[in-house]
Amino acid sequence: MSTPRLLAQTLPGLRLAPRRAAGAIAQHARCYTKPSASPAPAAISPCSRPAARHARWSSPFQRRAFSASPAVSHGHVETPKAGEELYVTFIDKEGMEHKIAVSKGANLLDIAQAHDLEMEGACGGSCACSTCHVIVLDQEYYDKMPEPDDDENDMLDLAFGLQETSRLGCQVHMTPELDGLRVKLPSMTRNLQSSDFK
Amino acid sequence: MAPIRWAQPRACAKWTQTLRASCSARARSYATAQTSRGGRPFRLAIIGSGPAGFYTAYRAMSRIQDAKVDMYEALPVPYGLVRFGVAPDHPEVKNCQEKFEEVASSPNFTFVGNVSVGTPSDHPDGCTVPLASILRHYNAVVFSYGAAKDRTLGIPGESSLKGIYSAREFVGWYNGLPEHADLAPDLTQGDEAVVIGQGNVALDVARMLLEDVDVLRKSDIAEHAIETLSKSKIRRVHIVGRRGPMQAAFTIKEARELMKLPDVAFHPIDQSLIPADPKTLPRAPRRLMDILLKGSPTPPSSSSTSTSTSTATKSWSLDFLLTPQAFHPCAADPARVGSTTFERTALSSPFDPHAYALGTAQTVSLPSRAVFRSIGYRSAPLPEFAALGIPFNERWGVISNDGGGGGGGRVQHEERTAGAAMAYGRFPGLYCAGWVKRGPTGVIASTMEDAFATADAISRDWGSGDVPFLNPDGEGGEAAGWDGVRRETGVGRARVVDWDGWRRIDRAERERGRLVGKEREKFTRTADMLAVLG
Ligand SMILES: Cc1cc2nc3c(=O)[nH]c(=O)nc-3n(C[C@H](O)[C@H](O)[C@H](O)COP(=O)(O)OP(=O)(O)OC[C@H]3O[C@@H](n4cnc5c(N)ncnc54)[C@H](O)[C@@H]3O)c2cc1C
Ligand SMILES: NC(=O)c1ccc[n+]([C@@H]2O[C@H](COP(=O)([O-])OP(=O)(O)OC[C@H]3O[C@@H](n4cnc5c(N)ncnc54)[C@H](OP(=O)(O)O)[C@@H]3O)[C@@H](O)[C@H]2O)c1
Ligand code: FES
Repeated sequence: MSTPRLLAQTLPGLRLAPRRAAGAIAQHARCYTKPSASPAPAAISPCSRPAARHARWSSPFQRRAFSASPAVSHGHVETPKAGEELYVTFIDKEGMEHKIAVSKGANLLDIAQAHDLEMEGACGGSCACSTCHVIVLDQEYYDKMPEPDDDENDMLDLAFGLQETSRLGCQVHMTPELDGLRVKLPSMTRNLQSSDFK
Repeated sequence: MAPIRWAQPRACAKWTQTLRASCSARARSYATAQTSRGGRPFRLAIIGSGPAGFYTAYRAMSRIQDAKVDMYEALPVPYGLVRFGVAPDHPEVKNCQEKFEEVASSPNFTFVGNVSVGTPSDHPDGCTVPLASILRHYNAVVFSYGAAKDRTLGIPGESSLKGIYSAREFVGWYNGLPEHADLAPDLTQGDEAVVIGQGNVALDVARMLLEDVDVLRKSDIAEHAIETLSKSKIRRVHIVGRRGPMQAAFTIKEARELMKLPDVAFHPIDQSLIPADPKTLPRAPRRLMDILLKGSPTPPSSSSTSTSTSTATKSWSLDFLLTPQAFHPCAADPARVGSTTFERTALSSPFDPHAYALGTAQTVSLPSRAVFRSIGYRSAPLPEFAALGIPFNERWGVISNDGGGGGGGRVQHEERTAGAAMAYGRFPGLYCAGWVKRGPTGVIASTMEDAFATADAISRDWGSGDVPFLNPDGEGGEAAGWDGVRRETGVGRARVVDWDGWRRIDRAERERGRLVGKEREKFTRTADMLAVLG
């Protein structure tokens, strides 16, 4: 007896859906492939929040409830003074570019969170989780940063898709030398394997 | 009562594959958009409030319009292993709780604490609801109940001798888990301890035994653990593995932390187990081998290389290539373990990270009256699974699902058909996440990614409009959720802990901690937790 049927017997009132024909599944499969996989056009939004912000939580009520939570200490960055802006560009997992004006001293995790980019920062920037992994796109900029310390390197050793120019976002602070920095958020889901992430 | 619909198993591996491949292409277009079924609310039950449960809730609520999540937790307090597993001297790891609090503050989220699903609550003050009842009141259910059992060695003496503790019990005990509050490990019988297994949990256990109690005192460690650890006579810890350093499961940060403990010495490792030129290794193993070769700044006092001025008060070693064979009673107290014999192993290829260990018939005995078995946790099926036909893979200790390689965690039944092709039976509306989906390995970051993959699958399925879910036509188009379950099961409101109840327990624990100079003093009895709520 098929398992769902067994379940149907166990649960009173359970109805089985009609059997799907293979053809219907095939159609279904095709309709999934329809949206093209071509990279999304780059949307550059200097100094402004990306449009994605409002789409993530459905009701404004939810957003309020979330941003009002006193426990959230990260994600606060100061608005740069006119004329003192430094620019950093994040390239998100969908290939979208977000160019953001920030002030000196802000770290990449706080910047990303303040602009609702998908960077978790599970340990709140304590160098203990590697969920803020970023890849610096230009070697030249990577070389301008102070070298990662042992703690950062230890966490990077566990990061998905580690590259030569990988850093932890929470450990990189903006300085005038880093003006124009470009970093990529690694796409994690593709290479998720518990064995390489113990 | 709202009927439940299940689809038939589909005997077509190929379709499942095509579907899966094309889904990932589609996933991108969902990244910021929300899915909905004609504006109908989506009722989701999540079983277990560890990181897998919370990260699934977070992602599902951000991806699915009008998602309402009820999170069931068997204990009166949330967070699973973040509270009861993560070591007390790693408070920064627990910062993920901030995110969980944020999730719980959403009006679409309900915490149903002190309610065990599908298995009798393990404490007398707890409530239990049948899984069958949950299935009748939600559109979908996520199993994220973790791994609450142990792997065992199955060798003589393991279950009969005193002094052998599972790491899970010991960790639960020092972290104030009610289930193990009475473990009372005896650390005064001798000065040696053996830890079997070389994962990060083994290193946590070793650190608790080696670390200065005054450092631990300031953490949220349970008070009974401070008392016991301050009387501990253990000075020498062997962390024993069946393979070599190139295969060890622990990670560099935890090894470095042990190396750095003040006045604690590391006994040098056998260098023949490390490639002669470690510089040629990939980055992660190279850095780890460097640490192991470098050893601790404090030399062991008995080592031949040390001067008589070593300040070491305690020491530890990584003992490689030993597989446990039997525990033997102690001569003075035959009810207690006195030594452990190990068979020496040889590796199929010493520097290959995937090498396996082969027996050599040569044995080694390590005397010690305290043994900690740290060879991994294990998930178990909920007792109701058998009756409901929900498939559990005993071999891997996971709910059977389509989750391999970051997949969606859709519960599925696999069967080999006559033609040797695999047939998959889908269970619409049933999903899993975390350790019960993937097995008991992985840090919070990997549990998070895995939970996100599950939530993305749920949102894709719901958004597709034609993937079947549970209770498609509940009362007024909406499944009743926790209200329905409560009405049906008659669970008393009094003993259920909601989020506000947890916040009161949380405040009471912090206040207790403040009085003794700690971040928090946990309640280690469920009755004491519930007493806060009057
Ligand atoms: C000792 C130890 C230390 C660790 N330290 C770290 C660390 O420092 N850093 C790190 O990143 N990772 C660490 N980890 C790993 C991390 O804890 C796991 O990746 C993560 O907790 C797994 O999450 P989960 O939600 O799947 O399971 P759990 O966290 O185990 O959550 C499961 C929850 O389900 C509840 N539950 C069980 N059965 C039922 C039921 N029938 N009904 C209702 N509720 C139920 C449980 O009470 C529990 O709250 C550690 C793990 C261990 C064991
Ligand atoms: N600080 C942290 O980040 C932290 C702390 C604690 C836990 N965690 C994570 O939590 C997860 C669970 O940790 P864990 O230590 O329980 O599991 P683990 O990493 O899987 O390690 C299990 C250990 O037990 C050994 N073992 C298994 N079966 C054995 C047997 N029959 N005989 C002898 N040895 C045996 C394994 O050896 P083999 O390799 O030879 O199988 C391995 O050394 C891990 O992913 C870990 O990284 C993280
Ligand atoms: S936020 Fe955890 S390491 Fe950066």
